[in-house]
Amino acid sequence: MTSPAPGRAAGDYAVEVEDLAIRYHGKPALSGVTFQVRRNEIFGIIGPANSGKTSFLRAINRMDLMTAGMEVSGSVRVEGRDVRSWRNPYALRQRIGVVFPLPVGLPLTIYDNVALSSRLRGTRRKADLDVIVERCLRRAALWDEVKDRLDSLGSLLSGGQQQRLTIARALSQDPSILLLDEFSIAVDPVTTMRIEEVLAELRSEMTIVLVTNLVQQARRLAARTAFFLTGELVEVTETETMFEGGAQDPRTTAYVEGKFG
Amino acid sequence: MFEATAQNRRNRKVEGLFRLLFLWMTCMLILPVALVLGVLIVRGGPAISWEFLFSPPTNGMTAGGILPALVGTVWLVVVALIASVPVGVAAALYLSEYAPDNRLTRAINLAIINLAGVPSIVHALFGVGAFVIFFRFGTSILAASLTLAVMTLPVVIVATRESLQTVPLAFREACWNMGATRWQTIRKIVLPNSISGILTGVILEVSRTSGETAPIMFTGAAFFLPFLPQGVLDQTMAMSLHLFVISTQVPDVPEHMPFGVALVLISMVLAMNGISIAFRVYLRGRKKW
Repeated sequence: MTSPAPGRAAGDYAVEVEDLAIRYHGKPALSGVTFQVRRNEIFGIIGPANSGKTSFLRAINRMDLMTAGMEVSGSVRVEGRDVRSWRNPYALRQRIGVVFPLPVGLPLTIYDNVALSSRLRGTRRKADLDVIVERCLRRAALWDEVKDRLDSLGSLLSGGQQQRLTIARALSQDPSILLLDEFSIAVDPVTTMRIEEVLAELRSEMTIVLVTNLVQQARRLAARTAFFLTGELVEVTETETMFEGGAQDPRTTAYVEGKFG
Repeated sequence: MFEATAQNRRNRKVEGLFRLLFLWMTCMLILPVALVLGVLIVRGGPAISWEFLFSPPTNGMTAGGILPALVGTVWLVVVALIASVPVGVAAALYLSEYAPDNRLTRAINLAIINLAGVPSIVHALFGVGAFVIFFRFGTSILAASLTLAVMTLPVVIVATRESLQTVPLAFREACWNMGATRWQTIRKIVLPNSISGILTGVILEVSRTSGETAPIMFTGAAFFLPFLPQGVLDQTMAMSLHLFVISTQVPDVPEHMPFGVALVLISMVLAMNGISIAFRVYLRGRKKW
């Protein structure tokens, strides 16, 4: 255990990573990453493709167990506890919602998509599920569009709707951490703005790690932002500082100003 | 502008030639199928009657019907299915959903493909050794069906694995990320969306099984047995062996009889293939993504 950063107790952090390195079949994808994500903050991660952003997310919820050839070293602590000490990684994953770059509406009805997580945990009563489904769809700003057709297929919704469906599904897990991986890649700008509003509201209830390909999105939402570049963490800085030219590393400034990437 | 060069003209000529060649090959393929069916219908058609289908052979198999063989084939196929489908589907689920992608898994996959290439007479001898003698099932439906099951297992595994692979990985990942176990993912997402392909594979397997002769002739199919089997430890007649017997082993069989048997056998197979195709078309119409 390392001592927490000055002025903060260990319990203030939702995610702490220390000397994290990730390899795929022996090939390094990310190395030497150390930083903390504070509880109830929106933490942005920016960086060009292949910089290790997605790998980082996969290490947090132990998807290395489900990925052939993925090795994680160093430590990742969620809520103060090393993720590898979780005897039951399924319990860990249930506390962490994940949203993917391309919306994945499961080939189930809209209702079943949102009810799935609760059912996996053993909730059977229709009345309970109804409440969960409506609440999550409302919070994901999708309820009004789909309330009359909850039994049509979730996988046939439009891209933007499917992405809000996956957010509703992630919320149905009642997560303490929400990981978003470039959620706006296949979503129109108007829907993106709606989802961003949703995220801003959710901040009070959960910690959000927002990996984004849009640097301006990080600026709009994230309190602090990490810049990943070719498998390394360049720096973690207050977002405003980073965008106002106060970055510690010239590469960060160049990236956020759109000079490369 | 837009004048065809010599190269353009040559390309066009070659294009036409290859088109013709492929068309011709396709016709060559259809020809034997059409001929077989045509000959069977013309020459076996007159043999088909209620009496032919529903009475036992008489007069040293030179007259009467085929009921014991028909019923026997159904027995053999059903018992073989009961034995092979659960094992095959479970093995395919393991190989596709659980097994790590390493050298051992690849070796097993290769072995399965090779198993499908083992000649059926070799399976027959294996069946005699394993089921008839070692397990003391005797020559019986059980021994014959298990031999058929071993023989068709690779087909079931490959068909199942292929239809499991049609379910996108993204669906599995989405489930796993929610904290679902592999089994929960299989039950909620993978199986419901691949069951159609699995069933199609199974039906195709059935049709293949029903026509096999070698694996059953030493293990459970009888030359002549004018009774219906009462249980899995009885011997039985079977369509495929009966066809072989009356075509080659019995003198003075009227000519229309073997053609009639062949027509019934091929109708069974085609009917099952038809069901499987209809099934596939139906399910394609309600694709979920």
